Parts: sequence; structure tokens; C-alpha cells
Amino acid sequence: MSEQTSRAAALVVLALAMIAAPAFIYPVFVMNAMVMALLAASFNLVFGYTGLLSFGHAAFYGIGSYGAAVLLKDSGWPMPLAMVGAVVAAMVAGFVIGGLAIRRRGIYFAMITLALAEIVHFGIVQWPAAGGENGLQGVPRGSLLWLDLGSSTTLYYVVLVVITAALALTYRIIHSPFGRILHAIRDNEPRAVSLGYSVDRYLLLAMVLSAGLAGLAGALKTLIFQFATLNDVHWGTSGLAVLACLIGGTGTFWGPIIGGVILSLLYSLLAESGEWVSLILGIIFVVCVHLFRDGIVGRARAAAGRLKAATKFTA
Amino acid sequence: MSLPRILCCAAVVSAALGMATTELAAQTPGFSGNSVKIGVLTDMSSINAHMGGPGAVTAVQLAIEDAGPIGVPVEMVSADHQAKPDVGASIARKWYENDGVDMITELTNSAVALAVQNLARSLKKVDLVTGGVADDLVGKSCSPWGIHWTFDTFSLANGTTRTVVQQGGKKWFFITADYAFGHAMEARATAVIKAMGGTVVGGARVPQGTADLSSYLLQAQASGAEVIALANAGTDFATAVKQANEFGITQSGKRLVATIIFIPEIDSIGLESAQGLALTTNFYWDRDEASRAFATRFTARAGRDVVPTEPQAAVYSATLHYLKAVKAAGTDDATAVIAKMKEIPIEDFFARNASIREDGVLVHDLLLLQVKTPAESKKRWDYYKVLSTISGKDAFLPLSESTCPHVKKG
Repeated sequence: MSEQTSRAAALVVLALAMIAAPAFIYPVFVMNAMVMALLAASFNLVFGYTGLLSFGHAAFYGIGSYGAAVLLKDSGWPMPLAMVGAVVAAMVAGFVIGGLAIRRRGIYFAMITLALAEIVHFGIVQWPAAGGENGLQGVPRGSLLWLDLGSSTTLYYVVLVVITAALALTYRIIHSPFGRILHAIRDNEPRAVSLGYSVDRYLLLAMVLSAGLAGLAGALKTLIFQFATLNDVHWGTSGLAVLACLIGGTGTFWGPIIGGVILSLLYSLLAESGEWVSLILGIIFVVCVHLFRDGIVGRARAAAGRLKAATKFTA
Repeated sequence: MSLPRILCCAAVVSAALGMATTELAAQTPGFSGNSVKIGVLTDMSSINAHMGGPGAVTAVQLAIEDAGPIGVPVEMVSADHQAKPDVGASIARKWYENDGVDMITELTNSAVALAVQNLARSLKKVDLVTGGVADDLVGKSCSPWGIHWTFDTFSLANGTTRTVVQQGGKKWFFITADYAFGHAMEARATAVIKAMGGTVVGGARVPQGTADLSSYLLQAQASGAEVIALANAGTDFATAVKQANEFGITQSGKRLVATIIFIPEIDSIGLESAQGLALTTNFYWDRDEASRAFATRFTARAGRDVVPTEPQAAVYSATLHYLKAVKAAGTDDATAVIAKMKEIPIEDFFARNASIREDGVLVHDLLLLQVKTPAESKKRWDYYKVLSTISGKDAFLPLSESTCPHVKKG
């Protein structure tokens, strides 16, 4: 079996498993995990491929989630238009925040994105239409063509299609010439400049694309849970994206997806263990950082590489 | 992988799919899943764990024991929503839709409470909120199957201001937390003060988490107000009380009034700073024989140096009454049980002169308390003296002004 066919077979199995999942696992859990995966993947697009640590992804996620809530609930837009509107709003925020932040690198970039995201948080706390700490509740799910999205199983398949498309888009971005240039900028910025690339424009475009994907994750979250709350714009959500990426493996396509799924699983599984949630999560993170320095996917790749070398040697 | 193998995989998956959807179960008429299942969704690890949390689980266990046998087994599940509405809502959804939970209670944190109540309404399930205090729970987000088993922002603001104005505090100054809860408190209280002939001489909006309140406290002192109201909660409240004490505000004869506060907070602030503070609540463990008896059992069961808080007493009362109604109705059907809950009289150490209204408000007596001085406090947790009882009719929003959509306006 060649590598390509085994990879295709794995994808087919995964697709079948995702299609069959609602029969075995509670669909809302799976959707939540997929949203986390998309958020982590959007963060990875900036952190993993350009090396810029954005600590402001909660702002894009929150703008997506509040944007969708306002458009669906107060403006009564149809579902697909509301999703597009929310994504556009997040991309505009990505343009503004990114435009200011990419003038600096390293820790300063992280600090600027964090500060601007806090401003977004504060703005939403003060915005009367956002309902303060109670959030926007009871957002209608609406319908898509002839499909009534009120049923969680129907919604699951819609969300599955949208998130698969969004992840496929990130895959395309990473493997496009544009993605290669991002790689080049991360590895050696002066060299990319000397080759004639306008680095800032590439970084800004990466930020805008990443913000749009994070906004889509937020908008889907609103659609699934039917509310938007301050939790979505809280810096803790940015931290979650960072953690998911680190656990799964930065700079890989599957890393943040696996990390996002693991994190959301941990949050829901540990919910029933009472007061110990934070402690258990903390220990898991410490162990992960120590044992899987380059993430689960990074580790798995290294192990697979060693295995291949070993089999070659014995054969 | 060859085509036959892929097909084989697909066949296995679809066979399993078919099995999962044809689930069979024997049912006792009237009871789903042959039992009554109660879900305690609370904050175990975040900022409100001290008022709900593990203590709420203890209280529900006591209520289940006190209800005695009701014909079918009573089960309890509990989970920590970690103050995250999405975590809370997905657990609640799973409980209601998959795990056969009939009633969810506690729900500390208003955003979580609203999310779960909206969900419960759409699924026609019972939710008894004993933690969250948002007015919307019995206002525009009310549910025919949801009961709010404690005070809300309106009754807290209304109860305290009404009584304090009656006792002669006419000129008010507000130190308000600058977010929706603080704004709502201030607006409610201001309306009551004006209606009763008092005046608001000034106010200051304070961002959440402000550590130095001196300029606001100086404004309050200079304003000539007789009463300084703290429309804030949690850490902001504790900071305000401690600094007001440092500025000698209570010693200078001005009255400090709290809008929402729970006994563990007084414990952490200390009587030295908190003495003289007036507050409204609906339960105090040392109020009378019945409440003391509950507190003794609760403390013994919890095995820690704690006394029951208001939400913990409320969750006991709500669960006990729910189980009585289930027994009387002979079913766990939401509509039938809620009708029974409204029909049978409620009287326990928590809910005094109580009745459940159409909009889901548990109308019950509230207490106006004052924090004791260190000299007056004789034993551990002896923190309050009862100044007066506020009748439920005076404290809660009248039904005629309710914004609850399913309340028929006469």
C-alpha cells in the first residue's frame, strides 16, 4: 500500500466516521469540538506559518459570534447571509488589528493584539445591544433552503459541511504559493524582503484570512448554542486557541484540529468531576508541554519517521 | 486499502448506526426512564463556587433524602459549568435530550441560567433557577416550565431601598459597577427612591476590577448623601467595603448599603470592615429554629467549616418541593409537575409565605439584615441581625408589570 492510498483511505474512514458520529456521540459535542478545531486552525495560520503569536483571536471569534447573534436575532437576516456578514465583520477587525500589530514582531506583536482584543471586549461589555454579562440569548437558528436547523442532527451536517470546507480552504492556503511565502517569511524575513516580497502585505493578508476563519468559528458557535456571551471575547478564549495549537502541534495542518478536539473533549468530560477541573487541566497541560514539545502531531511524525528508518534498515 | 475493504468498513458503520437508533426500553407509565433524574449544574471551580458549588450538591442530596420514597428511584447528576455558558448549555442539552434528566437546578451565573432556561423552554423541560439573578429569567426570557426560586435584581434593589428610605435614608449616592448588572441595580433603586420621595444626590460608575476607589468615595462623602449604595458584586464589592471603612464612612454616620452579597463574602471581608452594612437577602442560617436545624445538618454533611448560603438553601427548598409535586402528580411530565408545584402549598425554612406566579417568580418574604459589630458577634458565622421582614408582595415586580410573553395581560 503506497503512502498516498493509505492517506486517502484514512480520509475516507474519517469522513465515514464523521457522517455516522451523531448516532453514537451527542451531536452538539461534536459540533463544539469542530468549532474549537476551526478556531485553533485559524490561529495556526498566523502562528504556525508566519511565526507571529496573536493573543487576540478571541476578538475575531467574539465579533463573529456577536455579529451572527445580532444579525440573526435583531436584524432577522437569513442564516447564510448572517454567517457571511459575521465573517466580513471579523475580517474587517482583522484588517484593523492586524494592520496595527504587524508593525512589530515577537512579544510586542502578542501584546498589541492582546491590548486591541481587550478593547473589543470592553466595547462589547459597554454596547447596550450586546446585553452585557447576560449576553445575547435565544438566537434563532433559522433555516437553510428547505432544511429546518432547529434539529441538532440536521444542523450537525450543515456545520460539518461548512467546517470541512473552511478547513479545506486553510489546507489550500497553506499549500499555495502564498503559503510558501509565509513559510519563507517565518524562516528568514530579511531574505524574503531581499527577494522582493512585500512582507507586511503578506502578513496582513494572513491576519485577515485568519480573522475571517476565527469569525466563522464564532458565528457557527452562536448558531449551535443560540447565544453569544462575554466568554467568547474574553482573553481566555485566545488562550484556548494557543493551547489547542501547542498541544496538537503548530505549523502542521492536523495539529490544531487534533488539539482543538482534545481540548473541547477535556472541558466536557471533566465537567462532571466537580471542583477538580482546573487542576486536572493544568496537570495535563504541563505534561503535554514537557512530553510533546512539538505537539502530538509533531511527535507522531517523528515516531513514524524513526519507524520507517528502522524498517528500512532491517529490510 | 482496497475497495472491498472500504465497503466492508462502510457496512460495519451503517449496521452500528442502525442498532443505535432502534433502542428499546420498558417504561413505567408516567415516568420517563423509570426514574426521576435531577441535574445540578453549578459553578464548582470559578468565582461563584463558594455560594453554589459542592454545597449545592450537598443541599440537593439532603432534599432527596427528606422527600422520602416517591414511587420511583430518584437519581442525581452534577456538573461544573466552569462559568462558561457554552459548556453549561452543552451539558444541559445532553442531560435533557440524551440522559433523561427531568429537571436542572442551581444555575449560578446569569448567562448560564439564561442559556439553560431558553433551552429548557424549547425542549419543554423543568428548570429551577436558584443561583442566577437576572431579571430576564422571569421577564422576556421566562419559561412556562421554569421557576426562579430566589431573588432577582429587581427584588433586591426594591427591597433594600424601600425599607431604608422608610427608615429615614432620603439622600442617596451610588457607587455602581460599570456593566449591565450594576446599571440595572442602579436604575431600579433610583426609581424606587424617587417614587418614595427620596433624592439621588450623585453617583459614580466604576469599571470592573478597579483597585483604588478613593476618588469615588471622596465624591460620595462630599455629596452630602445619607446613604451610600454599592451597586456592585464580588471582589468589587469587597474592595469598596474595605476602603469605605478606611475612609471612616460608616463611622461618620453615613449608611452603607449593599445590593447583593452572600455570607462567605462577609466572612472574607471580616466584621471589622463590614459592620453596620445593610443588605437584603432571603435566607440567613441563624434566623430561627428551622433554619438552624438545616444549617447543622448541612455543615455536618459538608464536613467543612461552612454554613449554607442563600442559593444552597434555595436549591434544597426547590428540589424538595419539586419532588413533592412529582409524587403528588404521579408523573415526571413537565407540564403536570409544574401545575402541581403551583397548586400545593410551599412552606419550609427557606420559602416563607411563598407562592409561585404565572411568570415563574417564587414570591416569598425577604429579609433586611445588618452586619453585626465584632462585639455583637458571639459565635462563628454569627454575622447578621434581622432588621425587618419585607413582604414578597412589596419586594417582587408586580405581575401587571411583567414583560413575560406567556403572561396574559388582564
